[in-house]
Amino acid sequence: MPTVLADSRLIFARYARQTLRSRISLIFGLMQPMLFLGLFGPLLEDVPLGREGDSWQILVPGLLIQLGLFSAAFAGIGILIEKQLGIVERMRVTPVSRTALLLGRVLRDVAMLLVQSLVLVLAGVAFGLRAPVLGVLIGFVFVAVLALSLASLSYAFAMRVRTAQEFAPVINSINLPAMLLSGILLPMALAPTWLDVVSHFVPFRYLVEGVRAAFVGDYGDSSLALGALASVLLAAFSLTLGTRLFRTAGA
Amino acid sequence: MAPILTTHDLAQAYPTKHGLVEAVRGIDMTVENGEILGFLGPNGAGKTTTLRMLTTLLAPTRGSATVAGHDLATEPRAVRQKIGYVAQSSGLDPQERVRSELVLQGRLYRLSRTEAEARAEELAADLDLTDLLDRKCSELSGGQRRRLDIAMALTHRPALLFLDEPTTGLDPGSRADLWELVRRIRQQEGTTIFLTTHYLDEADALADRLVIIDHGEIVAEGTPTALKEQYGGSPDASLQDTFIAITGHGPRREENAPIAV
Repeated sequence: MPTVLADSRLIFARYARQTLRSRISLIFGLMQPMLFLGLFGPLLEDVPLGREGDSWQILVPGLLIQLGLFSAAFAGIGILIEKQLGIVERMRVTPVSRTALLLGRVLRDVAMLLVQSLVLVLAGVAFGLRAPVLGVLIGFVFVAVLALSLASLSYAFAMRVRTAQEFAPVINSINLPAMLLSGILLPMALAPTWLDVVSHFVPFRYLVEGVRAAFVGDYGDSSLALGALASVLLAAFSLTLGTRLFRTAGA
Repeated sequence: MAPILTTHDLAQAYPTKHGLVEAVRGIDMTVENGEILGFLGPNGAGKTTTLRMLTTLLAPTRGSATVAGHDLATEPRAVRQKIGYVAQSSGLDPQERVRSELVLQGRLYRLSRTEAEARAEELAADLDLTDLLDRKCSELSGGQRRRLDIAMALTHRPALLFLDEPTTGLDPGSRADLWELVRRIRQQEGTTIFLTTHYLDEADALADRLVIIDHGEIVAEGTPTALKEQYGGSPDASLQDTFIAITGHGPRREENAPIAV
């Protein structure tokens, strides 16, 4: 549908310009993974982590998914403010595609996340990460799909609540367990059986494992295929639900 | 000429802790082409809810409406192409520049970039915003912001313009200017104007016809003179007295509300 694409481009351009102007948000989102990289990463250098690859090849993929998880899940905060200012209603009363109002914003978030991911990987290289370029690029694709999915859900959810005080606790209470259960900081190979079993129900686990396989250049590994499958399913589910909720929400 | 807007049994109910609340309880009304309609009622009467239904922002829970020749439920996009809407909260992004807001609005109404830029200049000239085009929206005064809101809503030359309490919060000078502007838009473009307000002087000064809504129901309608005659006792009665005779309280509910203990 060319209308949706043209409209998405307009919306994307508006929000990308706003992001470039503020820049603070770019740096702020990077704070947490950078701290983990600098202050937690060195602890792992000589620890046996129970899987292929050195500690940086295991940690950096986890941090990439963590970055995606947190910045995309909180993306909806921005639209809460716009909703209060009446900006969302003003746009929804024009003939613009409502799907594009969502997609344009989500694509801005994906673009921003890719820039942050690049910075994170370069910082990782400075600390000692060595990984094949193809593997890193595959990792970026995974992060992009994750952000696309979660940001869509986040905006759709934000359309249904009134304030950031209602929004943030819900996101936090989903994100923190999701992060711990997907083996972002340490691989689930170290987990006791029950924890390992539980974590298999968290889709992000497959993404983290997939990116780890890509970072050691193990492109034939089943975890890469599983990660890709999980990404596609997550995206299909989130985009369907997200666009539906977003389009029908009374702004 | 067929009316530009008709509603039939239009209603909005939403669930609360205390059960289903009907904010709008089945409204039947018509708006004639080219008139300025004053939709008058106290705060909380259902004015904004009605407007949000008529502008496709909120799906009615019952009833139907035809807006600018299109069915509200089945052709919302065609309705959007024909109407302009200025909400109470202005909808401008404080960090954006006036020009970029106007141009984007044009683009959202499917103008090409060149057309949208030209239209922005034209609207700015028409609404006395030319000197402000490169300012940020956050730097505008209340009156300037309202003019920009209206300029944005006029981008596509809508046949029907909805204004939700357009002068709330404006100083007297800006209010008078805005009234003048509303009259001018109707005169120059033939735009039908659907205006909500709880200011009786505003309704009296601007509207050709009034529809009075209270507790989600239409309680009276007619020209200001006819309403004064019918409810206030004489065509020279004040609209304030007329309003109290119709609704049993003043236009701002809190003025006459019983004191909660």
